[in-house]
Amino acid sequence: MKIALGRIAHTRSGDKGDTANIGVIAFEEGHYAILLREVTPARVKEFFGDLVEGEVARFELPNLGALNFLLHGALDGGGTVSLRLDAQGKTFGAALLRLGIEVDERELAA
Amino acid sequence: MIRIANGQGFWGDWLEAPVRLIEQGPIDYLVLDYLAEVTMSILQKQKQADPSLGYARDFPPLIGRVSKLLRERNVKVIANAGGVNPQACAQAVRKLAPALKVAVVTGDDVFSRLDEFLAKGYPMEDLDTGRPLHEIRDLVLSANAYIGAFPLAEALETGADVIIAGRCTDTALALAPMLHRFGWGPEDWDKLAAGTIAGHIVECGAQCTGGNCQVDWETMDLTNIGYPIVEAEPDGSFSITKHKGTGGRVHSDVVKEQLLYELGDPKQYLTPDCAADFTTIRLDDTGPDRVRVSGIRGGPRPPSLKLSISYAGGWKAIGTLVYSWPQALDKARAADAIVRARIGQLGLRFEKIHTEYLGSNACHGPVAVPIEDPPEIQVRIGVRDADRQAVDRFTRELIPLVLNGPPGATGFGEGRPAAREIVAYFSTLIPREEIRTCVEVFE
Repeated sequence: MKIALGRIAHTRSGDKGDTANIGVIAFEEGHYAILLREVTPARVKEFFGDLVEGEVARFELPNLGALNFLLHGALDGGGTVSLRLDAQGKTFGAALLRLGIEVDERELAA
Repeated sequence: MIRIANGQGFWGDWLEAPVRLIEQGPIDYLVLDYLAEVTMSILQKQKQADPSLGYARDFPPLIGRVSKLLRERNVKVIANAGGVNPQACAQAVRKLAPALKVAVVTGDDVFSRLDEFLAKGYPMEDLDTGRPLHEIRDLVLSANAYIGAFPLAEALETGADVIIAGRCTDTALALAPMLHRFGWGPEDWDKLAAGTIAGHIVECGAQCTGGNCQVDWETMDLTNIGYPIVEAEPDGSFSITKHKGTGGRVHSDVVKEQLLYELGDPKQYLTPDCAADFTTIRLDDTGPDRVRVSGIRGGPRPPSLKLSISYAGGWKAIGTLVYSWPQALDKARAADAIVRARIGQLGLRFEKIHTEYLGSNACHGPVAVPIEDPPEIQVRIGVRDADRQAVDRFTRELIPLVLNGPPGATGFGEGRPAAREIVAYFSTLIPREEIRTCVEVFE
């Protein structure tokens, strides 16, 4: 079945220059495997569409049940240069909570 | 065990936080982080206008306010409030708190040394874009090397009550007292990494005690949120906690959010002191509002230091108007089309024009899910260009729409927007031998 990422994970996002970062953290450590399988760099890149001009890179933190994403070229030049309201990507993490992911019920109960 | 509290996550953070940290329970060190990347350029401009300025002006009055308590409770303060003029900051502190001994760390400011570095043939290319420094040399507003925790620990050796630094890393502020009290050396990588990660967790103040946290924010007392305290042990393990009776919440899920904040490669978190590996962190909820952090591993410090350079990057202006129901979004879109057409008729060209609709897509852009016929929409149009006159001319184009555009415009009370100079950011590397820090005592 399809659920929103926000049902099994929470997020925090910020900036480094023109790169936004999003930390995605599983509420239950057992759900980290779902994040690994479903929340791929390609899916995140596709999800944000035109908002991200560059590549999306993913780093794994199994010890925290978390993934870290770097979205390059996502902030219109970043910080003081950017014309965006959210020039520091503060709300990108919240946006990603809507990402649709495929899970089966047994996995969720695990 | 020593207690290190962070009472300021940025310049502009809650003024009451550091005072409450001293008043509401035991702490040994109070660290305050004032400097963002663009702050240095603002301070450099202030210093050019008045040689007695160029530091975080919130800091001396704060120390004046708490000076008696600092002595009574034996709390030492470590802050990067010095900006580009730490000596002037120290003198201002001494005026308001004459009983306190102040130590200043200098050597990070390399504004006057850039040509020397270029002449030596250092590559000086931007870490993100590869652009060479000489292309923007004439536009540079400030240049500082990020210094680490060892110079701050040296300042603590003087017995000063207040340590003032310029551009040190945020994490160095919390690591320095651990070096000072536990005697860690430059090759104690695991311990340095642990102290660095402790610094990372608390560097944004209440962001690790429940602020800006997606979990349980509705049920927390955020009004009286407690700022974070590191209880550090000589073996490199530590706990994150806050004073009893304060609001907010310290839990592993809150700490995880902050660990991931502004993180790059988690295995290579580089500072002047070490390379910290975030994939080795172990978190345990060991009590109410208490998370134990252990297991951290690190590697050797990099051979280079990062230079943070700001430069004049052109001009920008952002203007807004609000349209009310009905058809608020249609009206806002029409207004945007009119502004763009009129700009075209004037022959103005901009490096970039960008429009967002608050209430519809401003935060999440194409990912936002629109609502049908919203009660109001704010249209927000921004332009950016090297040509100040063109940007200035744009600022005149929004308000006329109140009378000559689509119906129902309001929210123009602030008048036309101002053209603002862009302070752009450039970062590069320099061999660490080039940077020599110095400690000066004021008493």
